[in-house]
Amino acid sequence: MENLLKYVNILQRSKQMELEYDIVGRNLIVRVSEELDDHNAKCIAGGIDKLIRHHNIKNIIFDFKKTSFMDSSGIGVIFSKYKSIKNIGGNVVITNVDRSVERLLKLAGIYKIIHKYENMETALKVCR
Amino acid sequence: MKYQNEMKVEFDSQSQNEAFARVVISAMVAQLDPTLEELSDIKTAVSEAVTNAIIHGYEECEGKVHMLCKIYDSTIYIEVKDYGKGIEDIEKARVPLYTSKPELDRSGMGFTVMETFMDEVEIESKAGIGTKVMMRKKLESIDK
Ligand SMILES: Nc1ncnc2c1ncn2[C@@H]1O[C@H](COP(=O)(O)OP(=O)(O)OP(=O)(O)O)[C@@H](O)[C@H]1O
Ligand SMILES: [Mg+2]
Repeated sequence: MENLLKYVNILQRSKQMELEYDIVGRNLIVRVSEELDDHNAKCIAGGIDKLIRHHNIKNIIFDFKKTSFMDSSGIGVIFSKYKSIKNIGGNVVITNVDRSVERLLKLAGIYKIIHKYENMETALKVCR
Repeated sequence: MKYQNEMKVEFDSQSQNEAFARVVISAMVAQLDPTLEELSDIKTAVSEAVTNAIIHGYEECEGKVHMLCKIYDSTIYIEVKDYGKGIEDIEKARVPLYTSKPELDRSGMGFTVMETFMDEVEIESKAGIGTKVMMRKKLESIDK
């Protein structure tokens, strides 16, 4: 029952996009929402594209700290942003990954091309 | 332990209903006291099937997605059905990384995710008629 209430909460909140961005130097930090599915992925992808264009972004750091659910739509976003960032010579990294997100990233083979860092501090050090 | 229950829902093919479908299936599975991992597996598989029905089955059109869930003893059976465009080549669709919509940032991992997280995944589909995805998983946590 507790679980159910939690999900109902998420459902209500997902109406207002809880996605946040931060820009540190030429790094775009994407604080991914609690659930990353097809519905949220569309908003994230559009938001990132705009910011890359307007702020001379070179690297993207996906921060999964809040994220407890992700499906293949999230994989699609990460791969697609990886491609566009590689085109401009930048880097995509991820951080703060929980167990369920980790299983999906592994299954999709994301770690063959994208690095994961334990926390934001380390990720930011690497992305310079 | 013997337990039997069944439910059926029908909802519009809108992307916000992907979260709705996950809530519904979680509530159903929660009755069985699953492990967090089992719950997450089932939610993810359902999310994949429902998303496929919405973006591939119905594309831009409106339609209804049907979801059925049955519990027999410790096994959960889930069916997700659409009356959309159907799949012409099911074998090809199941190949990891195959997607018919690369322009939409799809990764082609949906069926692979369902197959990994569920014990069994069957697809029935006819072009122009629709698609039915049937999945089964035995919850190990229940026998204890
Ligand atoms: N309900 C459906 N109706 C019509 N076609 C479908 C349906 N489900 C899947 N397909 C077809 O099967 C292909 C593979 O599906 P799959 O879920 O594995 O990948 P995807 O949806 O393209 O990408 P991803 O799930 O990673 O976002 C799809 O690209 C689509 O062509
Ligand atoms: Mg899919």
